[in-house]
Amino acid sequence: MAKTAIAVVEVTKVYGAGSGAVTALDNVSLEIRDNEFFTLLGPSGCGKTTLLRGIAGFEELTDGRILLFGEDIGPLPPNKRPVNTVFQQYALFPHMSVAQNVGFGLRMLGRDRAETEATVQRMLDLVKLGALAGRRPTQLSGGQQQRVALARALATRPRVLLLDEPLSALDLKLRQEMRVELKLLQKETGITFVFVTHDQEEALTMSDRIAVMSDGKVQQVGGAQDIYDRPVNHFVADFIGETNFLDVEIEDIAGDRAHCRSRAGLALEAEAPEGATPGLRVSLSVRPEKIGIGTPRQGGNAVVERLTYLGTDTHYLVRAGEESLLVRVQNAHGRSSHFEVGARVALTFDPDAARILAD
Amino acid sequence: MARRTRGEELRRYPGFRGLTFGCLFFLYAPMVVIAVYSFNAIRSITVWGGFSVSWYLKAFSNPAIQKAAMNSLIVASVAATVATVFATCGALALARGRPLRGQEAAFGLINLPLMVPEIISAVASLLFFVAVGIPLGLGSIILAHIVFCIPFAYLPISARLEGVEAYYEEAARDLYADRWKAFRYVLMPLLMPGVISGFILAFIISLDDFIITNFVAGPGATTLPLAIYGMVRTGFTPEINAISTLMLLISTFFVSLSYLVGRRQKGF
Amino acid sequence: MAQTEIRIKEVIGPQERRDLRIRRALLLPSLLVIGFGLVLPICIVVIYSFLRPGTYGGVIWNFTFSAYIQFLFERDIFDNTLTFQTAYLEIYLRSFLQAVAATVGAFLLGFPAAYFIATRPLATRTMWIFLITVPYWVNLLIRTISMLFIIRDEGPLNYLLIWLGVVETPVRIAYTDFAVGLALVYSYLPFMVLPIYAAIERFDFRLMEAAYDLYAGRWTILREIILPVAKPGIIAGSLLVFIPSLGSFLAPDILGGGKNLMIGNMIALQFQGSRNWPFGSAAAVILMGVVLIALMIFVRQQLRQRVRTN
Repeated sequence: MAKTAIAVVEVTKVYGAGSGAVTALDNVSLEIRDNEFFTLLGPSGCGKTTLLRGIAGFEELTDGRILLFGEDIGPLPPNKRPVNTVFQQYALFPHMSVAQNVGFGLRMLGRDRAETEATVQRMLDLVKLGALAGRRPTQLSGGQQQRVALARALATRPRVLLLDEPLSALDLKLRQEMRVELKLLQKETGITFVFVTHDQEEALTMSDRIAVMSDGKVQQVGGAQDIYDRPVNHFVADFIGETNFLDVEIEDIAGDRAHCRSRAGLALEAEAPEGATPGLRVSLSVRPEKIGIGTPRQGGNAVVERLTYLGTDTHYLVRAGEESLLVRVQNAHGRSSHFEVGARVALTFDPDAARILAD
Repeated sequence: MARRTRGEELRRYPGFRGLTFGCLFFLYAPMVVIAVYSFNAIRSITVWGGFSVSWYLKAFSNPAIQKAAMNSLIVASVAATVATVFATCGALALARGRPLRGQEAAFGLINLPLMVPEIISAVASLLFFVAVGIPLGLGSIILAHIVFCIPFAYLPISARLEGVEAYYEEAARDLYADRWKAFRYVLMPLLMPGVISGFILAFIISLDDFIITNFVAGPGATTLPLAIYGMVRTGFTPEINAISTLMLLISTFFVSLSYLVGRRQKGF
Repeated sequence: MAQTEIRIKEVIGPQERRDLRIRRALLLPSLLVIGFGLVLPICIVVIYSFLRPGTYGGVIWNFTFSAYIQFLFERDIFDNTLTFQTAYLEIYLRSFLQAVAATVGAFLLGFPAAYFIATRPLATRTMWIFLITVPYWVNLLIRTISMLFIIRDEGPLNYLLIWLGVVETPVRIAYTDFAVGLALVYSYLPFMVLPIYAAIERFDFRLMEAAYDLYAGRWTILREIILPVAKPGIIAGSLLVFIPSLGSFLAPDILGGGKNLMIGNMIALQFQGSRNWPFGSAAAVILMGVVLIALMIFVRQQLRQRVRTN
């Protein structure tokens, strides 16, 4: 059973007072496991950075506790927490060389010079910047600065590494490279990584588990596939990838499957949640790539409104009654099953295409 | 001269360029003239007797002038140092973190000496020293100078501080530096150009001050401006030109230095 | 779902509280120095203005209005009646007029310069501003002296005029009201240029081109568009020239020749020559009052400006 590295217990952070008060974190609870690559994902203002800063010690909590390997670190200032941060703007000290930057934490901890120098060199080699020890941060490219920031944060062997959108300033190619490297680094060092980003692709590719946040609350926590295939509410379904929302009525429940019908008569089935009864109106999230589109034998249940050819896929916007659905079809297998605008089509749904949302 | 673009042509007003040069001429001419005459070997307005620094040597072999210069340096050094320390502390208090209660009032108070006409500050300082029983001498001059040097030191320091992002200190604290070490190893070095710039400014202001010094100086405590003023009373001599030119050069040099140091980019 | 209570006071953690304590402690030295070095002394001045003058300077602790009365009235030694006298009022009036003249002069010279600099390419702009500002930082005493050196009867200016044949005998420029006004402009001109420059620099000059397209003439644009844009800078600059000019000591002292007294000299006289400290304090208090009024007008204009931009 993996140890819990960080336990966030009912944490609330409010800025200001009275009517102008802003609630950045609203009763947030989370568990981050040891040796895990954990991502806080959400749009700007959702509270992910506030939570990260709360773990680092830069924000004091209005309510709740944060436990690091079981110990309440709330009363500890940032310099007493064995947690290091990679800042979004890198925050490399401009008046120090790369080597002095990386060795700063070790110096502050009072390690002797020989040990510090050896560790610094080892860290720089780890991030493949061994030759640049004597340079100043302003002489480095963005990607190099980022690596130095990483080396600096890892040099003191923290128990947890916090990364605040570290890749956002890099260009696409570099970002993709760094994603792979960060993931490898985490596995190599065995340090728990807590990664903050608003880029869902980043989150999905790098993380062991993801916490989707919005409005200061945690919406859902789970692995990448969990979050994608089984979103719990509208926000998560919409934020991760693309989806269609359908309002349906549960006609019938058989075992753990709920049979639903949309207003336009589309029939779908989804996993029945607890307490579901026939006659209940619910919202469904239907992933576009899980909808099949084919030539209808009789009238068909939808009409093609628009299509977009994208090389690898074709996107169809189809209309069923009053509802529009996005359907994604892979242009594979030489199949050129191609529908024109205005064509009547038959939509089919995989059994796991639809998901009943909690809200 | 290159052809003007349409934009430049539209913005041009006839005569404004001339008036600007006129301004600069007006501002610099008197000082240049004095400087020129200070090198005139002959004591004459109308005749040029050749280039000479004899007046400079004569002026500074005068023991009264030497004493005045020494006093000026002592006063300026002490006052500027103390003022810079206090101003740095004040800037750290006001320009960082969430606003304190009464923040604006504190800022207004620190800048008050700039707003009050010097004659009033001079009278006030004099009455204060007399009322409290502080003897008038070099010490009283230093005390009075500290008061008006603080806002002059404060401005470049706080300007520099506002340009230093908060995340540097945060990074330092994240890396196990306590408040003092974060200040000493990270913030202070980044702040240093502003502190130096502020010190130089305060130093010059103290060196150049006349009115307040005149009021609170005791007998025997003369500074250079006071000495020059006394000498002018009895008529112009080339020695006066020499000392004046020297003070002009020193002031100009240090002001430029302060400006350049303050503008150094963070990139070091 | 947790109910977020409405908090009346913001919750501040122990770390932040310690930060605030440290910051307040850092602020203390500066505040104490200026509080005791300027605010308290000014209060003493106000208090002294209500006391009696001592025989050899200093004060006698007798509360009286006589200093202020002396300002407007002369007391006849024999029958103790008061007659209205204008001597001191004249000095204040002269100072006021000089300060106004200096402000106007600085504006006439400084506005075109500020405009010109604001329309320079960015690279040279800082150099211009640097050149305009440096004279202010150079010793005011020496600058005033150098002006005297030039315009006095035996000075280079007169020498030049005679040599050119414009006049035959030296023109008396020094020791006149004009000389004092000139010295005031000379002293504080940079302070008129800088705020106006700052205001005009923010102006989007494409609006000017739009106005031209609508057939506006160059000087109309100056009057209708540019002047209003520069107005906050003009007001700030005017205050920065007016207030120091009003209380100026060196300009009238060195260039006025002891006859054209301004407030600054008058006050200084009470503490050096006449030794009437309460009267000097009263004169200082009145000067402070005038300055305060000018500052309040400025603050009111700033607030109105802030409301307008909001």
